[in-house]
Amino acid sequence: MRVRIRFNKVGKVRFVSHRDVARIWERAFRRAGVSVAYSQGFSPRPKLSFGLALSTGHESDAEYLDVELVDDRYVAEEAWGASGAAAKDLSEALTAALPTGMCVVAMAPITKGDSLQQAVVSCTWGVELDGVERAEADAWVADVLSREEIVVERERKGKSVVEDLRPQVLSLRVDTESGTGTSGVRLLADLGTQPRALRPTELLVAVDPPLVARSVRRMNQWMSQGADREEPLTVAVAPAPPTTESA
Amino acid sequence: MSSLWSELERVLGEVQKPARYIGCEDGMTVPDHHPDAVAWLLCYPDTYEVGLPNQGLQILYEILNERSDAVAERGYAPWTDMAAVLRREGLPLFSVDTHRPASDFDVLAFNLSAELVYTNVLECLDLAGLPVRTVERADEDPLVLVGGHCAYNPEPLADFVDAAVLGDGEEVVSEITEVLATWKASGGGPRAELHRLLAVVPGVYVPSLYESTFEDFCDGGAAGRRLADIRPASGLGAPDVVEKRTVADLADWPYPKNQLVPLTEVVHDRLNVEVFRGCTRGCRFCQAGMITRPVRERPAEQVRTMVSDGLRRTGYDEVALTSLSTADFSGIEEVVASTVADDACGQVSVSLPSLRVDAFTVGIAAEIQKARRTGLTFAPEAGTWRMRQVINKLIREEDLYAAVESAYSQGWRRVKLYFLTGLPSETDEDTLGILQMARRCVEVGRRHLRNPSVTVSVGGFVPKPFTPFQWFGQNTEAELRRKVGLLRDELKRDTKGYRGVQLKWHDPRATAVEGLLSRGDRRLCDVVEAVWRSGGVFQEWSEHFDLDLWTGAVEAAGLSFEEMVYRHRSEDETFAWDHLSAGLHRDFLWQDWRDALNAVGLEDCRWTPCYDCGACTGYGIEHVVASTVPPAGGSQGTGQNLGTGGEVPVMLMTRDGSEDGSSKPVSAGVG
Repeated sequence: MRVRIRFNKVGKVRFVSHRDVARIWERAFRRAGVSVAYSQGFSPRPKLSFGLALSTGHESDAEYLDVELVDDRYVAEEAWGASGAAAKDLSEALTAALPTGMCVVAMAPITKGDSLQQAVVSCTWGVELDGVERAEADAWVADVLSREEIVVERERKGKSVVEDLRPQVLSLRVDTESGTGTSGVRLLADLGTQPRALRPTELLVAVDPPLVARSVRRMNQWMSQGADREEPLTVAVAPAPPTTESA
Repeated sequence: MSSLWSELERVLGEVQKPARYIGCEDGMTVPDHHPDAVAWLLCYPDTYEVGLPNQGLQILYEILNERSDAVAERGYAPWTDMAAVLRREGLPLFSVDTHRPASDFDVLAFNLSAELVYTNVLECLDLAGLPVRTVERADEDPLVLVGGHCAYNPEPLADFVDAAVLGDGEEVVSEITEVLATWKASGGGPRAELHRLLAVVPGVYVPSLYESTFEDFCDGGAAGRRLADIRPASGLGAPDVVEKRTVADLADWPYPKNQLVPLTEVVHDRLNVEVFRGCTRGCRFCQAGMITRPVRERPAEQVRTMVSDGLRRTGYDEVALTSLSTADFSGIEEVVASTVADDACGQVSVSLPSLRVDAFTVGIAAEIQKARRTGLTFAPEAGTWRMRQVINKLIREEDLYAAVESAYSQGWRRVKLYFLTGLPSETDEDTLGILQMARRCVEVGRRHLRNPSVTVSVGGFVPKPFTPFQWFGQNTEAELRRKVGLLRDELKRDTKGYRGVQLKWHDPRATAVEGLLSRGDRRLCDVVEAVWRSGGVFQEWSEHFDLDLWTGAVEAAGLSFEEMVYRHRSEDETFAWDHLSAGLHRDFLWQDWRDALNAVGLEDCRWTPCYDCGACTGYGIEHVVASTVPPAGGSQGTGQNLGTGGEVPVMLMTRDGSEDGSSKPVSAGVG
């Protein structure tokens, strides 16, 4: 039974790397006592596949993983139907086995199809800016949107590559709930992920004056564009509020 | 004071591996700090990845947090990038549990497991906002303690620490807590008074209450000043000799009960269950084996419970059964069998970090490691039988080849062999014997594999306190370099013959500094401080190690490596640790040193009559061994004829030039 899981990553745990998140998940399945399929070969590993990597230090409401379950309790179709309790039971068990700041927010069986990395075409980001006034942010956004191209040069495998970021900026605006001073000014951006995901922090420094993010949060991943665009898994209710930590 | 988290989270984006600094491990405690509780910050003076798995620190963390009059958090040395950011932002060293400033704690307790971390202790104190020297710290500043194996000679840190704690910490941390709780309740007072209260706790050594005197000496080639005497200052109540602490029965201490599971990858990233403490094989170079006597086994049933509960709770798929020689654990077979059979554990692998060199051990390894048979490691330690008799590592060549045969025939593809060089009475023949053994191991492997690989890892020998080799003059850096060169040249001389053998070596420059600190006296405090002040932190990391800082500081202090490291000590020489005791009688160690020079081996005392080394008799304790008969296999202390160790009964096939494998002898190493 192939299952897709959506989870969040907020608070202190945002400083854990993508690779560490994978290891946390492997342990979470074992701690929850849920059997997953293992790869064959010399060094068998649990079959977990993750979507687009999230930069270390960024928060997210929309991380995904696909897993092949072989656990008797969860392999039957009916367990996942309207009367079945698989999604609820498993979500609770896994959330209990995950560290503070990581929770399962949605789960559903999937048929074989594109991998998450292939399926996702864009992400919505919330970027809280540091030391920027509302008016400056508005001007910066207008400047970005008015450009036909945003050409940057970057190192890739030791070679210098020239790239236009502008096509990847699908939408960009200042959150209307932002204040007028320098505190709480927030950008909302839809950035493309194909063929290469544009990171919000890359965009912030690609157009003068470069902006600094106080925090970055991935809010959604999308499988298509337009008004009827869909997420890999929709969250029926709003995601749980970030866990408050006794920091 | 409250948490520094909101300040820290702003800067964590700037540093490498920020997950080092967030805590959040499963098993972490969020302690309830209150004015009556003695607050301990347990510090590991190396990176989080190296320090987190330390079992000693985790044991004390749990024991202290179970007490109503104590709280404990953990701290680790920030990497150099983070240290720079903390200084720039005016932020102090902090705990990872609740991100409290280090100076909010009553005690900073450092675990010393290697000499090269000493400068990091000073770095941590400085980052905590404290003067590094005890005399300059205010009465209300935290108390600075050290423990761990290196605390058996804490003299190079004598001026920086309030006290060193010798031996097992399980009981003494509570006794120290009680002294401090009473002290706090009474409103405190001068630090010197607290020192006197601590000095009467058994196992606690307070350097400020002892005085060293020095004398000129002239001893053949070496001349200079040396320690003449170290004794308690009169009238302060400190004992003449501070005895180590030993817990009599490990069954009473099933810790850690909730091993920490870090969110980021660390070394030894697995469940660790200590199956016994102590070792009586009597390897003469091994300080751990000498100072942790006697052997105290954990009951097999308790081990099984700790393994199965631990795996379920942590989600790890690997468990290490830890000790100084796990194949000697009398319950090894039943523990392994039950762990492997435990379905609930899923695909669990068991690792035995310290394999004995014999086929029996490989048999156990084969039983537990069904998958991932990549490499097995053995430690013959020396390349000739004569040399192994000198160091009392009584492994016969046939044992090694049988073990290697067993490994290759059961699917392992790489064998790693650990050796020491610079051992007492070592000749070039002994050194080159290392490669002869490796070569034969490759030949054994060719019967089963096309391209077997044997990695030889050579470390320079550092004589340690409380071992029979404490009198031995360490090989000079130049001599160790020459020996490494000898091995490299030999590999180059016959690249075809040594195909499959790879050589790695420990940097002889680092060995020299380890030797300096291992047996040094308190005159080295100036050296340690000078190196730290010149930026010499993380000295056990090759990218930061700098011998020039040390040689410069030694010279500036009017000392020399010749006098402190390289010269042989005489029978009546005063050691910097003569006022401390691991229970071992000095005359036992001296006799063992004479036996070593005569290449006389000494069998394991678990199954032979007592040699009266002092570790049991002095403290009225005994070995706790479940089995009265020695474990199967093995050659040392198991009643086998040790007179035949040099023989090589295994028939070796030679296959000359029939292969064109890509594996070539490569010399590679740190340094």
